[in-house]
Amino acid sequence: MANIKSVSKKTKAQAMGMHTEVLTGRTQQKFFNPDEAENFYYFGTHDVDFNKRTDLDVKDMTAAEANKEIDNLMGQGYGTIVIKNPQGKHSLGVGILNKLNLIFEGSLGYFGMGSCDGPIVRINGRVGWSCAENLMAGKVVIEKNAGSCFGAAIRGGDLICKGSVGARTGIDMKGGTIIIGGDAGAFTGFMMQRGRIIILGDVGINLGDSMYDGTIFVGGEIGSYGSDAVDAELTKSDQDWLKRKLKVAEIGENFDVSKMKKIVAGKKLWNYDNLEPTEKKGAI
Amino acid sequence: MCGIAGLIHRGKSSKVGHELQGMLQALKHRGEDSTGYALYGDTDGKNFIMRFKVGENVGEGSTSVAEDVSVYDERKKIVDGYLNEMGAKIIKEERILPYSLRYEIEYNKKDLLEFSQKIESIPGVEILSMGKSLEVIKDLGNAKMVCDRYNLDKLVGTHAIGHARMATESGVDIKSAHPFWGYPFSDVSVVHNGQLTNYWNNRRALENKGMRFMSECDSELIAVYLAEKMRDGASLEEGMKESLTGLDGVFTYFVATKDSLGMAKDTMAAKPLVLYESDDLVAMGSEEIAIRSILPQEIDTYDPFDGEVKVWQI
Repeated sequence: MANIKSVSKKTKAQAMGMHTEVLTGRTQQKFFNPDEAENFYYFGTHDVDFNKRTDLDVKDMTAAEANKEIDNLMGQGYGTIVIKNPQGKHSLGVGILNKLNLIFEGSLGYFGMGSCDGPIVRINGRVGWSCAENLMAGKVVIEKNAGSCFGAAIRGGDLICKGSVGARTGIDMKGGTIIIGGDAGAFTGFMMQRGRIIILGDVGINLGDSMYDGTIFVGGEIGSYGSDAVDAELTKSDQDWLKRKLKVAEIGENFDVSKMKKIVAGKKLWNYDNLEPTEKKGAI
Repeated sequence: MCGIAGLIHRGKSSKVGHELQGMLQALKHRGEDSTGYALYGDTDGKNFIMRFKVGENVGEGSTSVAEDVSVYDERKKIVDGYLNEMGAKIIKEERILPYSLRYEIEYNKKDLLEFSQKIESIPGVEILSMGKSLEVIKDLGNAKMVCDRYNLDKLVGTHAIGHARMATESGVDIKSAHPFWGYPFSDVSVVHNGQLTNYWNNRRALENKGMRFMSECDSELIAVYLAEKMRDGASLEEGMKESLTGLDGVFTYFVATKDSLGMAKDTMAAKPLVLYESDDLVAMGSEEIAIRSILPQEIDTYDPFDGEVKVWQI
């Protein structure tokens, strides 16, 4: 079991102003026995070879059929899968808990790449609402535009849209990074709890409304600030991180990050603490 | 949740009935209680086309009752008599279903208010649309069912808007189905996805100003709201921009006139819309798959932003 006192040390992320709270809750503890092999088995995963590549035409498949076939191909060891003719279908590529190179030759509808953990995805098209919702890890790159609720509730990974996105981008996000090459709509970062959002273009009204924590960087104009969203100083380490992140994301490599605005939570709305409910009882 | 779709060809005509049917059928999972079409067909522009109903197709939750065909016949006779009294000459008459009719009318007065009030004073009669190119067709069932029932597949025109309805605010019947005619303006129609929360306040105010409501569907408010703005001299686009603050709730709506198509999205951007725009075609719908039904090749689409209003001309 990890020593909960060990997390009281200021982390690099905290030093950069990414988050400020000290995590002491039970969620930080680890409960596994290294002697028990089943604790290292991740349900729904396969050993794949990135050099083993195949195409999958989903034109005449339902989303469920297409997703099952992707799983079958991973089971056969394919580590690079190219999806042809997605034609705006909803819920494609959901629930992939695997390392995988996945390439979509076309656009996705709603809920594309939802609840994934680990794949590297490139979508040579557009995505509809709620793309990559609840992403845990991995990288999803969208070459065109994205709909609303882009990256809702993500917990990790990098989510990159080279075009513009709709409203409520990063709503309720709890980690990870969202990078937008174009503009973003209203309520970007609404109720975000952690993680970072980078928008190179303009952003709509109510930016960062009711955000608990996390950081938003904006390169263009801001329509208006949401409740409790405030400006913060853009530090040298912020700029270094932004440059590095934009380069890795293959987006805005030459963008002048020194002129970006940094928005964080004012923390006037905070009315919660880090204790789990069971710990609260103990404290009382 | 409902689905809406619309398209406008710029500089040419096309089989808009067939195209809109494909778009709405792709959205049928968003609601198939009823489906409605507002089609702007190629006409010589001389006569009015009046689509009207003399009875209801009654579904779940409707306050209407099913009636005998003889009742419809009687109402039709009264309509014919009133048209004659008002100097409107019936050029062509089609009774598509026992309760649904299409008249081509020669009528020279410009003000349709008195005309409409007279026809709709007959209990059970409602004008679905009145225009020189607009035809509103709406009935229970999904897009294909309604298209087949009314033979809309071959209708050629420049633009169209439509609606696949999941009934939430009112009953399942034709009077609550979209599109709504922008009474009493000829050739104005509206479809809407969302909920309006200041419906009753606005309705009372508009009724006091002499505007008419035929249903208790909140979406009808948009058509009446815009009609009132236009009656007071506003352009369509001005009226739509005012609606962003005048209407409260969440909404994405389309409005069409004889030569234009517009969209408006509320300031919360809570209702979806995907848009494709090129020099010769604009197509939009609640989901991308609606657009893909007529443009299967890879295209560039985007979501309009919050508080955005756009109007395109044919």
